[in-house]
Amino acid sequence: MKWPATSYRRASSLGDVWQAFAEGGAGVQLLAGGQTLLATLAFRLSEPALLLDITRIPTLRGIALHGGALRIGALTTHAGLGRDPLVARHAPLLAQAVPLIAHPAIRNRGTIGGSLANADPAAELPACAVALEATLVLASAQGERRVPAGEFFTGLLSTALRPGELILAVEVPIGRGGSITEIARRSGDYAMCGLALVGARPVFFGVGDGPVLARGAGAALARGDVEAACAALDTDLDPPTDMHGPPAMKRHLARVLLRRAAAPRQEQAA
Amino acid sequence: MSQRTEITLTVNGERVTRSVEARRHLVDFLRLDLGLTGTHAGCEHGVCGACTVRVDGVIVRGCLVVAASLDGAEVTTVEGLADSGEIRALQAAFVARNAAQCGFCTPGMVMTAADILRHHPEATRAEIREHLSGNYCRCTGYQAIVDAVQDVLEAAR
Amino acid sequence: MNEITIGLSREDLPNSYIGRSVPRPSVAKLVEGRATYTDDVALPRTLHAAFLRSPHAHARFTVRDTEAALRVPGVVRVFTGHDLAALCTPWVATLEHLKGMKSAPQRPLPLDRATWQGEAVVAVLADTRAAAEDGALALDVEWEALPAQTDMETALKPGAVVIHPELGDNLAFRRTATHGDVDAAFATAHRVVEARFVTGRHTGVTLEGRSILADFNRADGTLTVHHATQAPHMIQEVLAQHLGLPAGKVRVVCKDVGGSFGIKVHVYPDEMAVAAMSVALARPVKFVADRFESFSSDIHARDHRILARIAVAEDGTIIGFDVDDLTGIGPYSVYPRTSAVEGNQVVNLCGGPYRFEHYRCTTTVVLQNKAATCQYRAVGHPIATAVTEGLVDLAAEALGMDPLELRRRNLIADDAYPTTSPAGMRFEGLSHHASLDKLLSMVPLDRIRADQAEARARGVFRGLGFASFIELTNPSPFMYGIGGARISAQDGCTVRMDPDGSVVAASGVTEQGQGTEAILAQIVAHGVGVSVGKVRVVTGDTLATPYGGGTWACRGAGIGGEAALQGALALKAQILEVAGAMLQARPEALDVVMGEVVDRATGTPRMPLGELGRILYFRGDTLPKDLPRELVQTRHYITKEYPFAFTNGIQASWVEVDTDTGMVTLLEHWCVEDCGRIINPLLVDEQVKGGIVQGIGGALYEHCLYDEQGNLLTTTMADYLVPMAAEMPEMHVGHVETPTRESLLGAKGAGEAGTAGAPAAVMNAINDALRPLGARVTEQPFTPARILAALGRI
Repeated sequence: MKWPATSYRRASSLGDVWQAFAEGGAGVQLLAGGQTLLATLAFRLSEPALLLDITRIPTLRGIALHGGALRIGALTTHAGLGRDPLVARHAPLLAQAVPLIAHPAIRNRGTIGGSLANADPAAELPACAVALEATLVLASAQGERRVPAGEFFTGLLSTALRPGELILAVEVPIGRGGSITEIARRSGDYAMCGLALVGARPVFFGVGDGPVLARGAGAALARGDVEAACAALDTDLDPPTDMHGPPAMKRHLARVLLRRAAAPRQEQAA
Repeated sequence: MSQRTEITLTVNGERVTRSVEARRHLVDFLRLDLGLTGTHAGCEHGVCGACTVRVDGVIVRGCLVVAASLDGAEVTTVEGLADSGEIRALQAAFVARNAAQCGFCTPGMVMTAADILRHHPEATRAEIREHLSGNYCRCTGYQAIVDAVQDVLEAAR
Repeated sequence: MNEITIGLSREDLPNSYIGRSVPRPSVAKLVEGRATYTDDVALPRTLHAAFLRSPHAHARFTVRDTEAALRVPGVVRVFTGHDLAALCTPWVATLEHLKGMKSAPQRPLPLDRATWQGEAVVAVLADTRAAAEDGALALDVEWEALPAQTDMETALKPGAVVIHPELGDNLAFRRTATHGDVDAAFATAHRVVEARFVTGRHTGVTLEGRSILADFNRADGTLTVHHATQAPHMIQEVLAQHLGLPAGKVRVVCKDVGGSFGIKVHVYPDEMAVAAMSVALARPVKFVADRFESFSSDIHARDHRILARIAVAEDGTIIGFDVDDLTGIGPYSVYPRTSAVEGNQVVNLCGGPYRFEHYRCTTTVVLQNKAATCQYRAVGHPIATAVTEGLVDLAAEALGMDPLELRRRNLIADDAYPTTSPAGMRFEGLSHHASLDKLLSMVPLDRIRADQAEARARGVFRGLGFASFIELTNPSPFMYGIGGARISAQDGCTVRMDPDGSVVAASGVTEQGQGTEAILAQIVAHGVGVSVGKVRVVTGDTLATPYGGGTWACRGAGIGGEAALQGALALKAQILEVAGAMLQARPEALDVVMGEVVDRATGTPRMPLGELGRILYFRGDTLPKDLPRELVQTRHYITKEYPFAFTNGIQASWVEVDTDTGMVTLLEHWCVEDCGRIINPLLVDEQVKGGIVQGIGGALYEHCLYDEQGNLLTTTMADYLVPMAAEMPEMHVGHVETPTRESLLGAKGAGEAGTAGAPAAVMNAINDALRPLGARVTEQPFTPARILAALGRI
């Protein structure tokens, strides 16, 4: 369908954003890359009164080292993430995730802030953020606050973002390696099941209502017991049925991914 | 009533000023406001790639871009690439390989292929397939399109 | 390539285009963005239609209020089913020769009951599509959901919801074909192997949605319809009949079409509504289905469950097939081709490539509250081929025989023609064994089997699968005409020479990207004796082209091509008569080569056609008074001896199955096809490749999923998965040429072979990979979940 009637304004500073929120409240929809939002308008799933374009706000841009962490501005596109030398060096997991996200034209416009705020349960970056123990820097007219990624995702398509608040940046602890793997029907599809694994933090995506940190499996991994980690997924995960298959399939795929992701490390250790 | 915004941008090298509704996406802006019917709406929800155009030097999905946000932008469509001669070799390769049947995907496919030529001149066959994997073609089975892109890349090496 | 000369200009002449890979001229405009699809046509005062569609699979409804919709800025009119009932008569999609077939009357918009989710129930016209959609959302319609009959397995059982009570039950059609004595033969056979096959309901997903722009001119009473259709003359007939207009006052124009595959050869109620509304308002009305509308209201296809058995002797001889096919077609049979044809094709085609004695096949076609199904690329063939070839592989496994060896023993011998199949299909000439030989010259069988064994040793499971197939093409009136449908099996072509020596060919067949116009240009250039660049082809306009059937069932080359060839040869004869008068030579002593009249014996140029044209058209006073001046000739062609032509071929698929994830990787694919005379090898190969990938779509990805209430779950392109570039295999296409003797041209058609055979080849390849693990899949699409379930992993 065509998008519903709405209005558009470009914000050039955070001050513009706070003012728009003050005036428009819940009718204000932030527009960054728009790669998910605008599709939902085409489904007429949401009818925002105002699309507030935040893409020209300088403070939401940039990637820089910042006190032992890599601070990634919310407007960083997936493509930008994929080619940034600092990301490649200090947060390689994010660079690894980029080719798994949709397709080139989407990656040119979609942003990390948008992906995190949208919190699609099958998206790669929310899982990476949780696995990396990243911190989200949120801002509102009342000031800034910092929320660990593990506490940011609160349910299906929902986050700790409060009304009137936006994501300024993501801060990722540097020097963590990790790997990301997923099983998708076709290249660029949302994953049937995916795993971001950093140390002993396995975070699954596509198997719950958000990124799922598998705590039991992580504990077993910390002991070096991959089979116990796989077994623990039976309780760690509670996947829904979707069009791809039943919960049993998702659990099975999660075990396959965990075994595959953990195996190279075991080989290395041996 | 949908609110309107006046925008001035460069489309295929020509400066245009229009008043657009906030609810209008870039594809409809190109097709309905500028008469550039080479860009096609295939799904209008960001999946099929038929509406792929270049905005500020990179390819995007035209159906996932708010036209009103494009004040100051530089937009290039298949008509622009054809006029500038940038895709002459690609066009010839598409013709030689019969890499288009119904042609509805073709402009988007050409935009994506041109992106490969510009940014990934060393792309392997698998990488060409991967780069094109967001552009749906129902007719060809893709092989002729991959052949055409590979022909042009190899000729340039 | 062309070993058989066909009595035209000598085969080595530069304008001998038949059999030559000439690039398709129209690709140039496609890569410039200069095509003209229906939505690109803009007419003054156009109104845009949007439809309120049923959110329920089955519901009564009452349109309570349209005022709010009419208050939406830009909205001009609202039409309900009752409004349109006065403008357009209902239709019933049955064919007389499909005995016992029944369906219910259907209208542009239903009066008070919707029978599938996505059925258009109210139309809103506005000055923009967006405003029309706003208007549709503002309509006040009261819905009373009714129980829905979604499961085809229970559609005929007691307690089923009878969708159209006046029909008595949900049975639309049933037919059984029998030959021999199946029960006795199966009772005594060495081995009987059986399986349950399912083909997933899928749809065409033409990238261009269904599009129509209807423009009724009250002043002269003409209705001009710009329409993305495969069959302009059929649509002309239907519009005239149901809108009460003389057919001569209806013109259907079809410029570029963004894919059809059968999706655009049917009559859709919402499109009929658009035409009716244009007549009512005497204004242009445009409708382009968006993607959600396409998924829920384009025809679907292939929703079949098949229980099938094969009986074989100890030496591998096939004794018989016994097939029970059940298909659900939605709430109405689709007009005017009907939705019984797909099941009927399954009956006609099962076992098709093989020689055997005993056959029984029943198709049961039932109504259900889902989107209607109808003819989609390779109608019925992928189903029949999957059943046949699946059973053949299972029989080979049961006998411990190489599946290729079993095929060799049973494929109809290449010298056995003409012959008639147990299903009653008459085959003029096929080449199963030559095709198999050709395939094996392309498939590196030894390398693959060695690779397979080596990979298995590493726990990697790869498989090679084969599928022989036949394909029905070039239908005679036996397909539709004898059933009472005004669908032409003949086709015509008018070929004329203009003063500059260029040639214009107007044909009743249409172009949707296959290259119809390109091959017609080649045929005409070949027939007249001009360079292909001198030929312009006109298609897709009922006012400008001879009456014809359009493009479906692979008839473009075989029927349309022969009409073009005959027209071209007639024009050439006429040119030579005129040239003879001008040059004072006998016409038989002259020829036309590359646009010049030449001495036939020596090739010496005598006169360019441009000069001939100049004299004929502008200085006719200098010519003999009784010289015929008609450098324009029309010929029509219809097949006469056989109800259908048949093509044949064989495919091979080489895959790897990840037995942990259930994911299938397509490694390589081969197809050998015998489509009779090849006019343009490049275009034929592209038809085959595109068809293969469409077949792969059904085998691995595509599925219109409904929940038990009849809600369509796959309404976006993120949910309905189509094949994309990254996953598709490299394909190799080879040919055997057995021209039909029904025509001078000898072409049989090439558009559907890829789709017919690919799913079966992929299925057999997956099962070849899984065989060491004792697993098997027969239910399409072969999703990871199904493969993992077959492996007992989940």
